[in-house]
Amino acid sequence: METFYSILPELIRIVICAVCGAVIVFGNALVMGYAERKLAGHIMLRPGPMEVGPHGIYQLVIDGLKLMGKQLVVPAKADPLLFRFAPLLAFAPVFVPLLVLPFSEKIQGFDLDIGLLVILALASINLLAILIGGWASNNKYSLFGVFRAVSQNVAYEIPMLLSLLAVVFMTNSFSLKAVVAAQSPVWFIVIQPLAFLIYLVSIVAETNRAPFDLPEAESELTAGFHTEYSGMSFSLFVLAEYANMFIVSSVATVFFLGGSSGIPLPYFEYSGIIWFMLKVYSLMFFLVWIRWTYPRTRFDQLMNFCWKYLIPFALVNLLITVVMVKLL
Amino acid sequence: MIVYRYLAEVLFYALVILTFTGGIMTVRSKLLMHAVLGLAATLFGVAGLYFHLGSPFLAMMQILIYVGAVCIIIVLGVMLGNTPDQLAAKHLTGRNLPLALLTCSAGFIALFVATITRTEFTVATEKVGDMSIEFVGESLLLQYCLAFELISVILLTAILGSIILARGGREGKTS
Repeated sequence: METFYSILPELIRIVICAVCGAVIVFGNALVMGYAERKLAGHIMLRPGPMEVGPHGIYQLVIDGLKLMGKQLVVPAKADPLLFRFAPLLAFAPVFVPLLVLPFSEKIQGFDLDIGLLVILALASINLLAILIGGWASNNKYSLFGVFRAVSQNVAYEIPMLLSLLAVVFMTNSFSLKAVVAAQSPVWFIVIQPLAFLIYLVSIVAETNRAPFDLPEAESELTAGFHTEYSGMSFSLFVLAEYANMFIVSSVATVFFLGGSSGIPLPYFEYSGIIWFMLKVYSLMFFLVWIRWTYPRTRFDQLMNFCWKYLIPFALVNLLITVVMVKLL
Repeated sequence: MIVYRYLAEVLFYALVILTFTGGIMTVRSKLLMHAVLGLAATLFGVAGLYFHLGSPFLAMMQILIYVGAVCIIIVLGVMLGNTPDQLAAKHLTGRNLPLALLTCSAGFIALFVATITRTEFTVATEKVGDMSIEFVGESLLLQYCLAFELISVILLTAILGSIILARGGREGKTS
């Protein structure tokens, strides 16, 4: 019995972390799915979903039920095992980065000193899942989508890392809590505006969203890498995309927008989480906004923009940061 | 605390099984794509073993570099190349199989036996040395600086070689 009681607090902690992670992933997908369709509608001067519930707020619940009821079609020429495995591989790793995110000073799963590395390492698995899914579909549209996804994500990972590295040099730590603590007087967006802009452009490409949604460009590739997916296996990809949006926005919040810092609210000890969520969802609103405002870029323009502008600017920014850190 | 030890034990064997299954899949599968994914599973298992040994930093770097970068590049190479409809003919038949096995494993077995018989294995009673990220970083940039830099020279050579190969291919096509 003694051993059981000694392990109990840790067990409860793990269970709480897992439940909160699941709530965040699914709740975020529900909110963002509805918000995206509604915002898209209003940006295009139409009302968006209106039928199910007042202003269509139950639309995503109904959609979820419909997707669960749909048949999972595996194409005849597809690789059956990998075709089923790819959505799971895309969806499973999104829970781990949520454990290291500091939602407020007191709400955090685990404060690792390699917090940023955990997020980046787990984010790279998503790309492998896209690759497997696109290849296993045995469809030329999927294959082209995958080629684009890989060259785009591999290229845009570099400026993303370099812009985050500039902040890491200033804080001397990969721990997300330490990064938040280092921004108590001024947020890093004031000191590192260029790095923030580079990061913002990179995350649009990393999450495969318009204007950089070349891997799933509907007008050319039907739906890119998930052309052959239906029902829940398709929605696992979508859930993973929204969760990844949440994670990259959270990293932007932590690294440039002061994380959970803000005006403390009276009578509420955990007011940090409100500010954190406010900043994260403002960034996600921004991502939705540009998705429905700008047209899709051409692929060579996208790659040229990364290799010829973003990476050199990020490198110069990093060099200046290093010199300034050494001097000051 | 006994529960923790059992959990760690279970985790260890699960990771070992994952590593070996991936390895066997890498060598035995007929499709090149499955082989690469087996390799990814093996590297994942090795990352897990690093984690089990108490070095999450190494584990994360293993996932970031090997699973996230190397495997993706290999898979992309496989996809860009031809995927033959017929599988390669089996060369390992009859008398060839034992001969091939013997040739391939002779060196490995000799080194393995030599290493095992000449090494004194002592069980560490506690954590040996500092495995923190600061220690790893300092030893890489101070004590093992030369080796660290030489590795980057090898990478540079590889990049230059691949650029030369790729350029030749493109010019050959246009002319």
